[in-house]
Amino acid sequence: MSVMKRLSLVFKAKANKALDKAEDPREVLDYSYQKQLQMLQQVRRGVADVATSRKRVELQINGLNQQSEKLTQQAQKAIEMNREDLAREALTRKSGLTQQVNDLNTQLATLQGEEEKLTLAQQRLQAKVESFRTKKETIKATYTAAEAQTRINEAVSGIGEEMGDVGMAMQRAEDKTLEMQARAGAVDELLSSGALDDLTAGPSDDITRQLDALSSTNDVEAELAALKGLSAPQKTQALPEADSSVIDVPSNEKQAEQ
Amino acid sequence: MIVRILGEGQYDIDEAGLEKLNDLDAAVESACKGTDEAVFDSALAALLDGVRALGVQHPVDAIDSSDLILPGPGSTLAEVSEMLGDDGLIPG
Repeated sequence: MSVMKRLSLVFKAKANKALDKAEDPREVLDYSYQKQLQMLQQVRRGVADVATSRKRVELQINGLNQQSEKLTQQAQKAIEMNREDLAREALTRKSGLTQQVNDLNTQLATLQGEEEKLTLAQQRLQAKVESFRTKKETIKATYTAAEAQTRINEAVSGIGEEMGDVGMAMQRAEDKTLEMQARAGAVDELLSSGALDDLTAGPSDDITRQLDALSSTNDVEAELAALKGLSAPQKTQALPEADSSVIDVPSNEKQAEQ
Repeated sequence: MIVRILGEGQYDIDEAGLEKLNDLDAAVESACKGTDEAVFDSALAALLDGVRALGVQHPVDAIDSSDLILPGPGSTLAEVSEMLGDDGLIPG
């Protein structure tokens, strides 16, 4: 059992060092309890940090999904206007976004896992700390030097181990969170003013602009046609059935714009 | 015997169970000496699964020190070597 044994020895050595520092067993108990409360506080903050990061990634995913939805609509609109090139461009950009979303989803899953682990560790530590508080008072009340020292050894090394354990879980979660934050920050930056801006907001703007240009041309033509239809009765007289078509065409085109 | 899996909690394991875990632990130990991350991963996962399968979860609010401690799931070879300290190559 050498890996298990060696790791246990490492932890025990640390607990013994902590015990050696204080002399009065009762002081050890109080000091240890204070340390535990501090640790619990830290763990709670750690859980909150991870949750914040997770929410941030969720927001980014929503944002990217909206962008992607917008690009799909634009592609549809472009197809309706017979602009396959524009549709292709919009879909290409959308596929870039899909990749980002997939990356972020992986990050989200990791953060959710870390959050769950850390929450469990926090609950465990809390139960241990509460139990330690009652045990500590019992030991202090029935204090006789020899007996108490063994019990204190047990209690302090037991709880010290738990703290080391939870501390390690927190370290991992913090590392993961920092990594995610760095990547999430990078995406934020890209979204607000950078390469990704050119990929999503910027490009969708020129697609929008071109679509708008097409729409407005159609609008003008439609209105012209409508005006001609109304103010040029000769035309309707010459082509009796054209009257309805002149009015229909603009309304069709308006539907297409929407 | 109380065995702790770091980040997960403590398990109570009887003598018969410990004997079964010996082989799995030996595999982890030899993987520790190597540099193959994949070998180490599967050896550690097998040992942790063994502990979970053979052990009973120790009460969360009981304050007992563990007899044996194991690295948590997903630990890398480098992390475990670091935890074991500089005497990583000296047999324990």
